[in-house]
This record gives sequence, structure tokens and C-alpha cells, in this order.
Amino acid sequence: MADRITLQVARYRPDAGPEQTFQEYEIPCRKEWSVLDGLNYIKDHVDGTLAYRWSCRMGICGSCGMNVNGEPKLTCGTFLSHCGSGPVRIEPLRNFPIIRDLIVDISDFMRKLVSVKPWVIRAIEKPLSEGEYRQTPQQHDEYKQFSMCINCMICYSACPVYALDPHFIGPAAIALAQRYNLDSRDEGNAERMDVLSQHEGIWDCTFVGECTKVCPKNVDPAGAIQRYKLSAALDTMTSFFMPRGGR
Amino acid sequence: MSTSPAQQGRNPRLLQPTISMGWWLQRGTYFAFMMRELSCVFVAWFVLYLILLVRSVSRGEASYQHFLERSAAADIVLLNVISLAFVVYHTVTFFNAAPQAMVALVGTRVPGALIGASHYAAWVAVSAFVAWVLLGG
Repeated sequence: MADRITLQVARYRPDAGPEQTFQEYEIPCRKEWSVLDGLNYIKDHVDGTLAYRWSCRMGICGSCGMNVNGEPKLTCGTFLSHCGSGPVRIEPLRNFPIIRDLIVDISDFMRKLVSVKPWVIRAIEKPLSEGEYRQTPQQHDEYKQFSMCINCMICYSACPVYALDPHFIGPAAIALAQRYNLDSRDEGNAERMDVLSQHEGIWDCTFVGECTKVCPKNVDPAGAIQRYKLSAALDTMTSFFMPRGGR
Repeated sequence: MSTSPAQQGRNPRLLQPTISMGWWLQRGTYFAFMMRELSCVFVAWFVLYLILLVRSVSRGEASYQHFLERSAAADIVLLNVISLAFVVYHTVTFFNAAPQAMVALVGTRVPGALIGASHYAAWVAVSAFVAWVLLGG
């Protein structure tokens, strides 16, 4: 493993010009360093003007997602030692407007996330005196996988449908909607269906499957969307052939 | 490229994303996806081919013989060979995707591998039945 490695970092400073450029930095390459550590080294020792998001450094906060050598990844979980001899090309997540350098505008995602109501909805809240809503381990397992989503938006960066149609609600928001639909304590399925059954919801997805492949938390958004399509189709068929719900 | 509601009142200081016409050539998985989408055209061709076969049979022996002669022509054979490759690809990718979309419960959840394997088993069974019928039972 070489002592030093070159990082080619995308720069965009709206005050300096309308184009994205690339700047090369040669930094020490230590075995235990992630790409994020490399960026932090640049920020602290080489070029304090470089802008990027990060927080936890342990794959929990989801804020350091970037394109590393063309692949959307959490930079805190991508080691420089796994990038060969370099250079390592670091770009902001694709499919989002860029605010500055490696920072993207996430307001579109935040709006879509809220639209699917990713929280437990109850028709009638029971009083606190009646205690908590209980759940068996089996009921918990039903949605656990989807609850691992950390909103890093790496799936949006990999999704060509979102790139082609920015109205698409997108993989993570639908996976999180499914997380609450599968929760035994939740009663908000119909409310979410109103949003997700629109064309820009589940039906926009053409099952490329890349969202699932790139997810750093092994969530399966593609699976969530296909399952949602299946249940929506079954609901439609049921209401068509049995308008009184089969009673 | 279309714009999202967020982009319609776009901030001029933001660098907007773009996508090239050749986006599907940039990653192997995107290319595989586009080939899967293209395979639908060949599925449609086989459906049409079957309808033409049934129509020729319904019109009598002469029509059927003409259909067989036309089907033996090099261009149709080539088209059918390419179509077969695409239909097999379509089938395999569809079966591989099935466990992601299906959640089967038989007491407990059926493992995805078993769902995929059951699709292939059904494929083999139906193919064996068709072969048995074609080879004279």
C-alpha cells in the first residue's frame, strides 16, 4: 500500500463560476483511513475551503454520502486502502442540485419523506394509562429491515428513475412508508396509499433494483416497492370483485 | 430533463443535475435493466407468432404449410433465435426478482430462495409437459 494517495475532489463554488471543476489533493494514505478521513485531512491541513457534510463517522447519521469512483457510498465506510493506488474521484451524490462542492440540496427528498407520513398513525390514540402498544418479536421482524434506513439518499443517487423523473417519490421514502405499514401498531396504511398509489409513487418504479444494491444498511427499497405494488393491485382487485369487502 | 417541484422555483446558485441519453450504458446493472425492458418486445413477438400460427391452422392445411415454409426462412429463424435468447433472459430475471416482490407465509415466512426455486421447478414441469405433448405422449 502506497504512503500517499491522490484525491480528485469535485468543486463547485457558485461565486467562482457556474461550472463544476476537479481539484487534486495528495494526502497521506493510512490503512485505517476512510475516504471521509481523507477529506477531513484536506479540510484541516490543506484546503479549508472544501465543503462537505459529515457527522458521526460510523455509518449511522447518513450525512456523508458521496460518489466515490462513480459509486454512491457512505464515505465513512469506504476505506482508502480499498481504492487501489488511486486517484480516488470524489463527487457529490448524483441526481441532486449541488449547493457547494460536495454538498447537495436535500429539500426535495425531505418534502417527499414527510409526504408519506413516516410515523405511527393511530385512528384513535389510547390514553397513556392503558400502557404501551405491545408487539411480538415476529411482528417486529416484519418491518425491522426497513427501519434500518438512515436517510442517506444513496439510493436516490443510484436510481435512474429519479434522475429521469424528479417527481418520483423515490426508494427510501417508499421503503420508510412500508416500514410503518408493516408495523402492527400502525393504522395509517390507507393514508399513505393515497400518496404512494399515484403515478409518481410506486408505479413510477421500473424495478432497476440498483437502490437495493447500493444501500449501505442492506435495506431493500426495491423489494418494498414491489411488495407495495402487489398489495395495491390486490386491494384494487378485491374492491373491484368484492365491493363490500367480501362480506 | 424534467424538473421537480423543488426545481421549478430554482435557486440560480444551485448546480442542477443533468442526465445523458446514454445513461444506461454507464453501468452494467443499468444496461442489464434496459435489456430486460427490451425483452418485452420479443415476448410480444412470440405472442404474435403464436396467434399467426393459430390463424394459419384455422385456415386449413395449405395456409399451415405456407406458415411452416415462411417460418423456415433464414430471417424468421434468426429473429426467433434472438427472441428465444431475450425471452429466456426475461424469464430468468423475472424469476430472480420474484422473491423480492413476494412474501409467502406458510406458518412462517417462506425463504426467498425457495420462492425462486419453485418458479424454476414450475418452469421445468411445464416445459416437460409441453415436450411430452409435442413428442406424442
